[in-house]
Amino acid sequence: MAKQHITFTLNGQAVEALVHPRELLIHVLREQLMQTGAHIGCETSHCGACTIDIDNESVKACTMLAVQADGADILSVEGLAANGELHAVQQAFVDEHGLQCGFCTPGMLLRAYRFLKENPTPTEEDIRWGMSGNLCRCTGYQNIIKAVQTASRTLQAE
Amino acid sequence: MTTAESLDRQDKLQGVGCSRKRKEDPRFIQGKGNYVDDIKLPGMLYGDFVRSPYAHARIKSINKEAALALPGVHAVLTADDLKPLNLHWMPTLAGDKQAVLADEKVCFQYQEVAMVIADDRYIAADATELVEVEYEELPPLVDPHKALLPDAPIIREDAAGADEVGQGQRTHPNHIFTWDVGDEAMTDRAFENADVVVSQEMLNQRVHPSPLETCGCVASFDKVRGELTLYLTSQAPHVVRTVVTMLSGIPESKVRVVSPDIGGGFGNKVGIYPGYVVSIVASIVLGRPVKWIEDRIENLSTTAFARDYHMIGELAATKDGKIKGLRVNVLADHGAFNAHAQPTKWPAGFFSICTGSYDIPTAYAKVKGVYTNKAPGGVAYRCSFRVTEAVYVVERMIDVLAHKLEMDPAELRMKNFIQPEQFPYHSALGWEYDSGDYPTALKKVMEAVDYAGLRKEQAEKKARGEIMGIGLCTFTEVVGAGPSKSCDILGVGMFDSAEIRVHPTGSVIARMGTITQGQGHQTTYAQIIATELGLSSEDIQIEEGDTSTAPYGLGTYGSRSTPVGGAATVMAARKIREKARKIAAHLMEVSENDLEWDVDRFRVAGNHEQFKTMKDIAWAAYNNVPEGMEMGLESVDYYDPPNFTYPFGAYLCVVDIDRFTGELKVRRFYALDDCGTRINPMIIEGQVHGGLNEAFAVATGQELPYDEQGNLLGNTFMDYFWPTMVETPVWELDYTVTPSPHHPMGAKGVAESPHVGGIPCISNAVNDAFMQFGASHVNMPHNAWRNWKAIHELGLDKQ
Repeated sequence: MAKQHITFTLNGQAVEALVHPRELLIHVLREQLMQTGAHIGCETSHCGACTIDIDNESVKACTMLAVQADGADILSVEGLAANGELHAVQQAFVDEHGLQCGFCTPGMLLRAYRFLKENPTPTEEDIRWGMSGNLCRCTGYQNIIKAVQTASRTLQAE
Repeated sequence: MTTAESLDRQDKLQGVGCSRKRKEDPRFIQGKGNYVDDIKLPGMLYGDFVRSPYAHARIKSINKEAALALPGVHAVLTADDLKPLNLHWMPTLAGDKQAVLADEKVCFQYQEVAMVIADDRYIAADATELVEVEYEELPPLVDPHKALLPDAPIIREDAAGADEVGQGQRTHPNHIFTWDVGDEAMTDRAFENADVVVSQEMLNQRVHPSPLETCGCVASFDKVRGELTLYLTSQAPHVVRTVVTMLSGIPESKVRVVSPDIGGGFGNKVGIYPGYVVSIVASIVLGRPVKWIEDRIENLSTTAFARDYHMIGELAATKDGKIKGLRVNVLADHGAFNAHAQPTKWPAGFFSICTGSYDIPTAYAKVKGVYTNKAPGGVAYRCSFRVTEAVYVVERMIDVLAHKLEMDPAELRMKNFIQPEQFPYHSALGWEYDSGDYPTALKKVMEAVDYAGLRKEQAEKKARGEIMGIGLCTFTEVVGAGPSKSCDILGVGMFDSAEIRVHPTGSVIARMGTITQGQGHQTTYAQIIATELGLSSEDIQIEEGDTSTAPYGLGTYGSRSTPVGGAATVMAARKIREKARKIAAHLMEVSENDLEWDVDRFRVAGNHEQFKTMKDIAWAAYNNVPEGMEMGLESVDYYDPPNFTYPFGAYLCVVDIDRFTGELKVRRFYALDDCGTRINPMIIEGQVHGGLNEAFAVATGQELPYDEQGNLLGNTFMDYFWPTMVETPVWELDYTVTPSPHHPMGAKGVAESPHVGGIPCISNAVNDAFMQFGASHVNMPHNAWRNWKAIHELGLDKQ
């Protein structure tokens, strides 16, 4: 099948790409646009390492075709820090030691970013369910939960 | 004399003991890490495997034509292409060999049969579908207990007649080795004369470390320069370089192996996989970079599994619970090729640490390894070379004995602990434990959780038919391989190294022979140097993983970085400090003996106003040194450890099990770890959280079962249990500090302790829950279905 021309907004910038209809969005982001923050950890849509924000929703970019992103507004980890300032969720992950190898981190951060908009003052239980689409091998989650709580407090104070 | 002012200077260094924030984090939280699949090189192609659908079959033919005809496909490599290079087989760390691409037959499902090289991964995937392989099925062997029967299918025809496959005499074509340790006759006598003898069969089921990033590489052979660069997910890049040299004939100086950021290793990324080898060959043949990145199914199905030890544990004791002897028999399922990651002389790893934390006068352990039609592996997943299995068997047996004696398992442990004054302690199976204080640790845990109250609650619940279990695990680890007289990897002694270079303005570049996969080395090694040299850890840059720049080391696994690489770092820094002392004496025109070290400076004893800071000295090292002294300020240390380090822990777990569904809830998990001097408490806590979560996963859900046809079941995240935040329990942590007397800063390794100690703790809790109702040992994983079966057999689900 012929390639299709798509355009979308990525981290506030207009981008265009020529993609095969079968190409997964995660591959187009990583390989064509060289935004290699989002990762691939499985092929059954469980791990959430590829989580990005599309039109104000958390989406697993391994489970969406790039052509479906035509016209979308996408935020990836590379766009989370604005004007050289880390986003509250990024700072919180550092402060609470919410990452080790860093492989799940971009997906976790993007999910936390959206989750705290959905639920700005979550309980611990809310966080556990709200972040349950993201697997982490290193942290045992406890510090990630703390990081989301910390980010929630920071965002409330802002 | 320490003043408030010098304490303040010490704080500013952010050195040893401080929960310093990680230097790695800024790049990872902004998506600027550099993992293998992020690498893009000009002209880079992609490799993808054709894999076997059968567990055991002869290959009758391979037809590449349709794949080669697909636009964008550059090559299809099979064993025939590797044979002229003698690379269709490769050596393993266990002295056996492993097929790179299957030649005459396949020996496990998903085995590598051919590699397609194409313009991108989509075309490569298409092309693998077009390769036609004709197989003739053979009977598969999946039950290790049947491996040595006279009529068992012979898996390794290539080695069927060989007297040995790297680890001593064999008795059957499917027999790999038999390894034993201890005094068998004396142990037998202890059992004959004992008041009480208990015996229990148990299984450490096959599981997989499944790092979130799978294995992969980019091989790039530069035909003009004759140089190979290999970026890969390796926990031991220098060892890989040496092996690649030995296999390819390219001199080591022209092979550059780079482990960039690695998305978790967990023992999965120690060995060399066929994907790396075929990518290298393809790059050499095609003269272009070749990338290979496996998917999750391939990772779970073909890379190093963990465990698969079928064990019979036995304890002999007096009526009042004094242990007199331990006997263990193990049947080890190693899969089709013995690719067991091990120091050469240790075919069962350090399983002989199985006498645990107890003063057991005599013991005997025997491990028999066999081939089956399964993927290779065994040592992985925070196992410290089979210490997981060793700790599991002894900690389960303690509980089994306690049950038989009708004694509290905590009391039985207390009664048999090696006492603090017995260290260094010589175990019956040959280890010299460095230091420990086990009774204090266990007491601390029991008080923290109100152990007596928990037992009382359990008894009350039992009366109501409610199922509550309390699990204990008081383990001793052995990490930091290891002394070169007993430990080597393919002949290279298991030292490690550090190279520290102080720049004129006092910042530092330092490199080590280890390689982090998330454990925070870039932060913690800097903390060690900061404390030793009095320079801020902020300005100390740590690098690992590039064999062209880092000193030769054995890599990171077996929690060996702190014991060995950490020790080398201290020793190298101290060499610099000694040189700095000479320079300081020269600058201040005093005798070296008049100088004392104060945090970040040498000062004149009795005259603290006269001093030179390390920064002053660094500058002087480049322009004004004593006559005859070499300029500059740097040093190297290759550290051959005198012994292992033996961290320990006391863990307690409380579980509640629903008696109608079998669903298990870890109500409480309390983990005390003692790893001696603590470099960075924040990072240790993170290691423990992660390891406990693995232990939870292994004990309550993970397994890689094979059916009778040799089909691997549950090899994706559809079934392979990885807890999310919802399932994961809350972890409560604690510590004591019992330094290692032989380590230059008293630090012991720790990262694998939580996994090693956590699994028996949870399994003991579940078994404690069932044994109080009269059940015997139940095997892991303790998932709801298995729990329900135990409950149903006990009749506890009948209201």
